[in-house]
Amino acid sequence: MKVLLSKPGLDGHDVGVKVLAHGLKEAGFEVFYTGLRKSVEEIAEMAVKVNADIIGLSILSGTHLIIAEKMNDEIKKRKLNIPWVVGGNIPAKDIASLIKKGASNAFVTGTKVNEVIEYFKKLK
Amino acid sequence: MASTKGKTAIELNVKPVYLESGFEVNPVYTSEDLNIGNLQNEMPGEYPFTRGIHPTMYRNKPFTIRQYAGFASPEETNERFHFLIKNGQTGLNVAFDLPTQCGLDSDDPKAFGEVGRVGMSIDTLDDFEIAFKNIDLDKITVSLTINGTAIILIAMYIAMAEKRGFDISTLRGTAQNDILKEFIGRGTWIFPVDTSVKLVVDTIEYCAKHVPKYSPVSVCGYHIRESGANPVQEMAYAFCIAKAYTDGALKRGITIDDFASRLSFNFDIYGNLFEQIAKFRGGRRLWAKIIREEYGAKKDSSCWLRMIAGGGGGGLTKEQPENNIIRSAYYALISALSGTQTMALCSYDEAYTIPTEHSAEISLRTMQIMIHEMGICDTVDPLGGSYYVEAMTDRFEKEIKEEMKTVEKWDGIVNAVANGKIQESVAKQAYEREMGMQKGVIPKVGVNIFTRKEDVREVEFHPYNQKAADEQIEKLKKIKNSRNQSKVDECLENIKRDAKADKNLMYSIVVAVKEYCTVGEIVKALKEVYGEFKEPIFF
Repeated sequence: MKVLLSKPGLDGHDVGVKVLAHGLKEAGFEVFYTGLRKSVEEIAEMAVKVNADIIGLSILSGTHLIIAEKMNDEIKKRKLNIPWVVGGNIPAKDIASLIKKGASNAFVTGTKVNEVIEYFKKLK
Repeated sequence: MASTKGKTAIELNVKPVYLESGFEVNPVYTSEDLNIGNLQNEMPGEYPFTRGIHPTMYRNKPFTIRQYAGFASPEETNERFHFLIKNGQTGLNVAFDLPTQCGLDSDDPKAFGEVGRVGMSIDTLDDFEIAFKNIDLDKITVSLTINGTAIILIAMYIAMAEKRGFDISTLRGTAQNDILKEFIGRGTWIFPVDTSVKLVVDTIEYCAKHVPKYSPVSVCGYHIRESGANPVQEMAYAFCIAKAYTDGALKRGITIDDFASRLSFNFDIYGNLFEQIAKFRGGRRLWAKIIREEYGAKKDSSCWLRMIAGGGGGGLTKEQPENNIIRSAYYALISALSGTQTMALCSYDEAYTIPTEHSAEISLRTMQIMIHEMGICDTVDPLGGSYYVEAMTDRFEKEIKEEMKTVEKWDGIVNAVANGKIQESVAKQAYEREMGMQKGVIPKVGVNIFTRKEDVREVEFHPYNQKAADEQIEKLKKIKNSRNQSKVDECLENIKRDAKADKNLMYSIVVAVKEYCTVGEIVKALKEVYGEFKEPIFF
């Protein structure tokens, strides 16, 4: 299963996303990472290029709702059928809004790596 | 029972203990573990300053308390300055929003949703002029938490002072301006690594020649540790970074004593109490030796490891957050016992929410209780002479030096950062640490031991102020319409010309910001010459 992890927007906090990348790799996933400060266009393009089964967006600056909306538009525009999730500093009250905006799920800081792995396995 | 002197853990039938930095702690330390020469000769305020950089330290003046604060607009920042001065404060750390940090103007599409979100938004000198309106630049010291665009913001601060007729040879202030650590953690790099270092060196050279009271760089081990480095690596990488800037500055023909005393450090505190204290004492001794023995500094003040050391966010938890008050008090104690110059603590609730005035007050009181009730300022380096602390201090000096050699083997810090070597190693450690916590191998109270069922704590952010962002964009539009466009174009051309000729860019940037060239325009001009950093992908 191929996972593309990404850092959309300007937020440079990448410790968490790299920890998850390690964990997924050890759990047998094929992991790709975009690096910092990518637009949703760049992320979608890379997802297509690597043939990702799932996309993860790591956002800690508070811009998750704005970015989710853009991501949703981009996925629709390209008619992609790739589930995407959001992780980071996400208020619990925003999870429902993120799902409404097209995310499959959202994981708040403090979520165990295993919890994400289990969720990804179920998605397949 | 037989003596425990010199015995190992196994011999004494107790479990071996290893520090986060990787080496073992003896169950008992004695005079035989000490370097008697160091112990007898070292005095506070005397080279190599293991026991502190000043002879009487806090008895003379306690460490400075400097809490971090971010305000959205230049207008709000100005109000805050007036409030602080009225209340007798003299310093403020200024945070900037991400577009300012990444070199984008407020009207850049990539800045959408980010303008003024995590700090003050700066497009042009006009914003600085608003922020410092009617503020006596003699009365405050401003610390600019800025890195990727530091050369532009320092130029703006200087330009603002000059336009007011202020004598910049007496202008004080500091900038973080440590770009190398941005490649390791925090991530607000813009240009390729070697170019980024050149820009830092430009600011050091310019300040040494024209603004000698200004501290242009604060080297940050803090963010490196928060990204996964252990305490030895935190110090070693920070020293390698400081040396890279120093080497660059020396090539400009200034001497070590022209600028070394203006370099300062920002370090992290969490984890083992004694490990941190030894880290700072050993690190302070090593830095002094590097500056004197390797660089030949004559002035004592050049050899000082001046630092801000405060509570690391990495040690605090969302679970049972009140425990963070206790943790922070220990971090403050560590910082004071380590002889810090400046202290800042995280608020106990900032792992999940906007710190309230109440939680900010608790941080302040934690430090004040220590100063006024605990006798922490009474005597210098109270742990000096402790068998354990002195033995560990020696060990840390040695280990940090060794780790610096490892970086040399990686072709030096600039290359190790450019090819992602350091990032790869700290990211791996961050993963191991996180797994250790999740599996309970690394004990954390309230997280993996002594847990209890808790209500889910809601994460909170300051609501985004779209109206303020729109106003900032409107203001930028007005400035752009009112400036002399041919002069602006000329200034930007001059910056490119100087960049191509490898000249110090501070001069042309100071001129450009006075013509209200924007942060985004200057960064764009520099990108045309230098290109951008290509992030090596490691995890």
